Amino acid sequence: MKLKLKETSALPGFGLSLGYTVFYLSLIVLVPLSALVFRSSELGFSGFFETIRHPRVLASFQVTFLSAFKAALVSVVFGVTVAWFLVRGRFPLKRLVDALVDLPFALPTAVSGIALTALFAPNSTMGGALAGLGVKVAFTPTGITVAMIFIGLPFVIRSVQPALADLNTELEEAALSLGASRFQTLWRVVLPLLAPPILSGFTLAFSRALGEYGSVVFIAGNMPMKTEVASLLIITKLEQFDYAGATAIAVALLSLSLLAILLINLIQTRATRYLGNA
Amino acid sequence: MKEHPKQTGGFWGNLALCAAALAIMGLLIVLPLLVVLKEAFAGGVRLWLASVTDQDALSAIWLTLGVTAVVVPLNTVFGVAAAWAIAKFRFKGRSLLLSLVDLPFAVSPVVAGLIFILLFGRHGWLGTWLSEHHLRVVFALPGIILATLFVTFPFVARELIPLMTEQGSEEEQAALSLGATGWQTFAKVTLPNIKWGLLYGIILCNARAMGEFGAVSVVSGHIRGETSTLPLHVEVLYNEYSFTAAFACASLLSGLAIVTLVLKTIVELKGARDAA
Repeated sequence: MKLKLKETSALPGFGLSLGYTVFYLSLIVLVPLSALVFRSSELGFSGFFETIRHPRVLASFQVTFLSAFKAALVSVVFGVTVAWFLVRGRFPLKRLVDALVDLPFALPTAVSGIALTALFAPNSTMGGALAGLGVKVAFTPTGITVAMIFIGLPFVIRSVQPALADLNTELEEAALSLGASRFQTLWRVVLPLLAPPILSGFTLAFSRALGEYGSVVFIAGNMPMKTEVASLLIITKLEQFDYAGATAIAVALLSLSLLAILLINLIQTRATRYLGNA
Repeated sequence: MKEHPKQTGGFWGNLALCAAALAIMGLLIVLPLLVVLKEAFAGGVRLWLASVTDQDALSAIWLTLGVTAVVVPLNTVFGVAAAWAIAKFRFKGRSLLLSLVDLPFAVSPVVAGLIFILLFGRHGWLGTWLSEHHLRVVFALPGIILATLFVTFPFVARELIPLMTEQGSEEEQAALSLGATGWQTFAKVTLPNIKWGLLYGIILCNARAMGEFGAVSVVSGHIRGETSTLPLHVEVLYNEYSFTAAFACASLLSGLAIVTLVLKTIVELKGARDAA
């Protein structure tokens, strides 16, 4: 008798499709990723921390982490505004704006990188004007944050937009008719309902920014200890044939991203359960 | 009724909202795109044409197209197979498999490149064996293809899985009970139902495959005219201070991005119309 691992179904092709999926997944993703895990286990704990504790590595983590966090926060503010506009605003070319939201996904990161650098370089119109105000963007941590906002914005918009569209306006009308001000309605009724999609947009933007390379590397200036992001440091270590160092930084970076993703899933499950009970 | 429930505020409220949203989108999204075009044509159309038909640029374009032509079909076949297994059947480990399919999205592109160096590089696991047999994976075409396969892995599958789960399998079961074979059922019933979702996934996969930078940058070795894809060629030119040439090549990639967005919007509209 066969082990019952799946529910009976009249459809054919389960074995073939599942077999191929698992085979291809292993070949392209799992086996290569396991190389990273095994390599880092060869380092051992002490070797791992030896690399991670190096001031240049710590500095790169700090820059990456802080910039990604700030960028994700700004992306939330900007993203909620744009999502609100896309769902509730009245504007003739909304469809066009909606299509443009995905530009950072569609534009190769190297192109966004050189475009943002050209836009904010001290010798450009905008960069010059900002420098006149005492704000330096290109080749500073602010530049890194700007590039990460560019990359993270669509994540927030695309998480919040459908939730906002599904939002039951009756709740808002009820709050308004019971005497709440517009601001109170927004703060007490709408925002709590939007909190899960906002949080998941934030986490997606943050996790993407942590590993971002192409759009950041041109505008960052790449000064060790100051504007060197973690993903660039991996490449620097590789160019010096320091495989162990590159591996240790990669493992730390990957663990952080996975932790962030795990957090989103937790939030989503909680939110679904909460809304399901309500 | 005073106002439509879906609308925000009055005239001024809407105006403020539009102004804020358009300022964000304009400054952050549209302006960089315009800068690329401005810089690309800064030396006139003739210089732009010369930059994009330069020998190295052409070989970069061909390499990019070639890699995409291998990667997109492979990941499409995988996406359909994975969606069939995951969406149409309930089995043990299904949700684990679902997370593993999404895994490459959580991996930094640079880390994605690194893992192939660790496997196939000179000091990698298979490095000695490969060099004994005079095979090159890293700093050569196979490495670029593998890295691109990795970063574009989930695109098609992740579009199809929710779509096919939602559609269920009643139509397929009806076709089968009427005597259709499995393949006939797939071609005549499933495929027409998922065509827009499938196309959507392919468009996104294609855009990323042509534009991938971080992962390919790690495995390619930047050999001019040999292992430089178009995004890498942009970087090489930029770092040589050939700004106009760099932006000219970048304008080709921006064109690709715009075509992607247009196609994506069309497919979304068609899909929504079919679903309605």
